[in-house]
Amino acid sequence: MFFYAPTDADQGVIQKIFYVHVPMAIVALCGFVAGAVCAVMHLRTRDRRWDMRSYVAIHLSIVLAVGVLLTGSIWARASWGHWWVWDEPMLVVFLIVFLLYATYQPLRFSIEDPEKQSRYASVFAITAGAFVPLCFGAVRMAQNLTHPQAGTMTTSGPGSVTVTFLVSLTGMALLFVTLCKYEMASKNATMKLRSLRRRLAGDDDFGAATGARSAAPQL
Amino acid sequence: MPDLTPAVSLRGVGRRYGERLALRDVSLELAVGQTLVVFGPNGAGKTTLLRMLATLLRPHAGELRVLGRELPDDGYAVRARIGFLGHEPLLYRELSGRENLRFHARLHGVDPARVEAVLEAVGMQGRAGDPVAELSRGMVQRLAVARAVLHEPELLLLDEPLANLDPVAVAQVQPLIGAASGRTRIVTSHDPVGGLVGADVVLGLRGSRAQLVARVADVTPAQIAALYA
Amino acid sequence: MRQTIAALLAKDLALELRTREAIPAMVLFSVTTYVVFHFGLDRDTIDGDLAAGVLWVTLLFAAILGINRLFVAEHEQGGFDGFLLAPVDRTALFVAKALALFGFLCLVELVAVPAFAVLLLGPSLGQALPGLLVVLLAANAGIAIVGTLVAALAIQTRARDLMVPLLALPMLVPVVLGASRATAPLLGQGGAAALPGDWLSLLGLYDLLFALIAYAVFDFLLED
Repeated sequence: MFFYAPTDADQGVIQKIFYVHVPMAIVALCGFVAGAVCAVMHLRTRDRRWDMRSYVAIHLSIVLAVGVLLTGSIWARASWGHWWVWDEPMLVVFLIVFLLYATYQPLRFSIEDPEKQSRYASVFAITAGAFVPLCFGAVRMAQNLTHPQAGTMTTSGPGSVTVTFLVSLTGMALLFVTLCKYEMASKNATMKLRSLRRRLAGDDDFGAATGARSAAPQL
Repeated sequence: MPDLTPAVSLRGVGRRYGERLALRDVSLELAVGQTLVVFGPNGAGKTTLLRMLATLLRPHAGELRVLGRELPDDGYAVRARIGFLGHEPLLYRELSGRENLRFHARLHGVDPARVEAVLEAVGMQGRAGDPVAELSRGMVQRLAVARAVLHEPELLLLDEPLANLDPVAVAQVQPLIGAASGRTRIVTSHDPVGGLVGADVVLGLRGSRAQLVARVADVTPAQIAALYA
Repeated sequence: MRQTIAALLAKDLALELRTREAIPAMVLFSVTTYVVFHFGLDRDTIDGDLAAGVLWVTLLFAAILGINRLFVAEHEQGGFDGFLLAPVDRTALFVAKALALFGFLCLVELVAVPAFAVLLLGPSLGQALPGLLVVLLAANAGIAIVGTLVAALAIQTRARDLMVPLLALPMLVPVVLGASRATAPLLGQGGAAALPGDWLSLLGLYDLLFALIAYAVFDFLLED
């Protein structure tokens, strides 16, 4: 659904990567920020459902970040012959951001108490979420002062390019939201099942009073 | 007209740890100046209960009131009035007993002169300048008692307080944390006979539930033994 | 609040003086790293960009050592409980630990920077010193704030020693970036140039942002 062919046929095949790469980046960044916002709500309301939303948003954004790095690398190889370029702020920022968020799941898994795990994950999500724009600013600043904007991935082309881009962006955003909802629904179902099992076993279920259970997938 | 607010009041208090329930549906009341003794096998929830009362853990269900304040929201207000003695002495091993107590005194806003008074009361004045790492377990326990009563709390929460203490040391700490201290106390114990001495109310925990809540006069040793069966 | 911070700082200072664990290790590590760089780069002297980079990367990794140790005493000796039982503002622990880390970094740099000047730096340090001091202070603040936050996050995890570098290094990239870019002109071959203001502003912004965030979230790491 989001592999929408550009209307202008005489752009190179590689140019199509642009329609995937940049929307992925934008949606991933929004996802990380959304994860941070959900984390703030979790800390304020202590409702574990917010922690789950935060987890899902960040989890999917990490996947998208990997996609950004891969597509960016392919694009760089095609455009300049190298698999990696330090000139491109988007790539550099995503590398740093990916390395940071890659610790999110190990951090969650290595805290055994589920309550503590959710709380600590939220603190991480907020800190990392604030870090992302700052990192962007810092890297861009470095780029602007050392390498003036050369060979960026933004194109100012005819209107059809913009339309294609916007459609691609919308498609990517919708895909992200759909995957989020799907993953949350699946986790909700697992939790309800576990909650029912506990009730059958005779335990009181005051999981309901405190909201949804921990978002980290069970190993 | 004396204040009849109970020192401690629990109604349906519960706490979970992941999928497991550490405590469920515990209800009891303890009047000011009374002593509650808590029995139960390991893992029954005794330590969880004490830590909740000490404001170290939040309750996940039910209502919990300590010294007239609702926890966890008003925890800040009561911390100064609670003395907690857990399994850990809460002392830095490289610092001396005196340094540790002075540190806690500063945190609690207690006059440093009180540190010396408490050290003398537990009989540790002579060794108070030695690093905690060099002291015997009995001495460390005495310092821990000193730390717990340093700020003259109204409520004492004692998790097996007489562990590692020889009879002389026990006699020394009794005025501070025993029934004669006049404070409201909650004490855990495994001793079905000795534990009842000086106690007013009994709580028996088993499998995270309150299996037994009664006045000491109404409790038989068999009931206590049944908790451990 | 100030009393609490003072009490905590005094305690940490006493502990560090008694055990002498963190600071000597950090200093030794810095000097050893300079030696490693000498052989790795195969250069007798360095200046400008390269010098700034080597200095800041070394200081960063030395800081990681300090961050690892920051909450260890509390975690292992029940110090968190002791603090949590006291009728004090819990953010005081963050401020005290961040100040302690800041202090440790300053003390380490007191030795590590002259050592750098002696072992590796080509141009003389004299003219660059005031500017360098400013950068050091600004960067130390950033490392202290973020380092304390990361230390608090990592102390509860099972693989604490691994978690700290993995969390701290990406988060401190802007500090290394800003600090080395700001230091580079100071260590130029032709004598110290002026201190670049915009990189200092980046460091300042970083410090402010994470100070605010840490202040807001730290309580949540302590409660149970």
